[in-house]
Amino acid sequence: MAVSTGLGGEQYDYDIVRKFTIMALVWGVLGMFAGVYIASELAWPMLNFDIPEITFGRLRPVHTTLVIFGFGGSALFATSYYVVQRTCQTRLWNSGLARFTFWGWQIAVGSAALSYMLGYTQAREYAEMVWPIDILIAVTWVAYLLIYVQTLRQRSQPHIYVANWFFLAFILATALLHIFNNMAVPVSMFSLESYSLHSGVQDAMTQWWYGHNAVGFFLTAAFLGMMYYFVPKQVGRPVYSYRLSIIHFWALIFLYMWVGAHHLHWTALPDWTSTLAATFSILLLLPSWGGMINGIMTLSGAWDKLRTDPVIRFLIVSLSFYGMSTFEGPLMSLKSVNALSHYTDWTIGHVHSGALGWVAMISFGSIYHLVPRLWNTKMYSLKAIYLHFWLATIGIVLYISAMWVAGIGQGMMLRGFDQFGNLAYTFIETVSFLHKPYFVRAVGGALFVMGIMIMAWNVFMTVRQSKREEAELEAKIAAKMAQAS
Amino acid sequence: MADFFAWFTHMENTKPLALVLFFVTFAAIVIYVFSGKKRKKRLESYKNIPLQDDDEQDKKIREESDQ
Repeated sequence: MAVSTGLGGEQYDYDIVRKFTIMALVWGVLGMFAGVYIASELAWPMLNFDIPEITFGRLRPVHTTLVIFGFGGSALFATSYYVVQRTCQTRLWNSGLARFTFWGWQIAVGSAALSYMLGYTQAREYAEMVWPIDILIAVTWVAYLLIYVQTLRQRSQPHIYVANWFFLAFILATALLHIFNNMAVPVSMFSLESYSLHSGVQDAMTQWWYGHNAVGFFLTAAFLGMMYYFVPKQVGRPVYSYRLSIIHFWALIFLYMWVGAHHLHWTALPDWTSTLAATFSILLLLPSWGGMINGIMTLSGAWDKLRTDPVIRFLIVSLSFYGMSTFEGPLMSLKSVNALSHYTDWTIGHVHSGALGWVAMISFGSIYHLVPRLWNTKMYSLKAIYLHFWLATIGIVLYISAMWVAGIGQGMMLRGFDQFGNLAYTFIETVSFLHKPYFVRAVGGALFVMGIMIMAWNVFMTVRQSKREEAELEAKIAAKMAQAS
Repeated sequence: MADFFAWFTHMENTKPLALVLFFVTFAAIVIYVFSGKKRKKRLESYKNIPLQDDDEQDKKIREESDQ
């Protein structure tokens, strides 16, 4: 095994990592704010103001696109470009092309959000982008794959560290999913509308094959890549078991592709497909928990660091949420449970337990690890990190508890029958029941947004501090040079 | 020969075949990873890769957080 000599930052391409890190925060603030706004619209419908551009139907894909692709995607570009350089001990291949991926990705995310507000969508969940944006994403993604593979090929380290396996699987799987899910025929050359190449139940299958694997490879595998680098690095200890990480990787790869159909229980889908998806979902519990235990046990012998290092808190709490949501997911994939949970807010709660608890928290921890290293200084305020941690954690707990109450209550009401076999509740009664949980959810979301806003401020101040320190250092050097001459 | 290839065109044949291939491959990976003392030592040595790349900034931050 090659041993690093501790290469300095200037030998790596940190500029591209900085760009993506900043944009992750920008999209994060905007996307999460959009989320709180639409959550508030559900609690207080007058917030629609009869303006079509800001109604729930249009803002909801803006929220999901900005948080998944804007915040999550930019955080993944940043961390993957950082991790591949640091673990391969080589500079990123082709900086120019890396900048192309930056602009390609940002333009795709920004134009997608604008197009939804203007009413342009292809109505495929988490893939609402119209076809020209899909093509831009495909081109950007191929460039990303090329950069990643070429950087791996020119590595100084003989072994490819496991975090890179997860990142590479994420890049390859996302390319596959994006291309097959978005196969469409445009209405005309200059129209933003298109027809899907698939139809009927196959279209639904393709949509959810994409949808769940976006969760599996974009929101899970890739962030596990983050976890396998940043948890050991922040804790200062190697990962608990490298062999377990290998099994974790292969088990996820073998199992994830089969589970998408659990989103379509009790529909026109063949029954065996549903059962297959549920079976593989249950099997997924094993690698998911294996990975969670591997991450958490990395702290073995250094648990005291949880008291003193808020960044480790973010990382470890994210792993706890990863464990919790990967238990809840298989549970909800069972057909009997799904009959209650599907089409209710339990699903929304589950998604956010993973998205806020796992994806956002691991990203926050990783970004807090990255920022001082990228700007060669320390974080401006440690207290602000603690505050962010508590706001985020309390926000998530409020959010998911409210959605459990809303979802399970709603499911029970929709299935309630009276003694004569008639429905016990009218639909409007279920809507009225949801008002209080929706209020609590909006409060939880607002706390989470406050947290990321504090983080954005802290990072902004850190960058300013870095510039100031750099200027002071340059002034000192100039003064010494002047004295010497 | 054509019959041989035609066999693969039936989904009821290829689906169990794929299942067997995937399962055997996965089982082989598990056996490979968890067998052999030398292999264990080699594989576990890779977990140190992130920590071998500590640069000055990493060390400085770690020292500050340990204080």
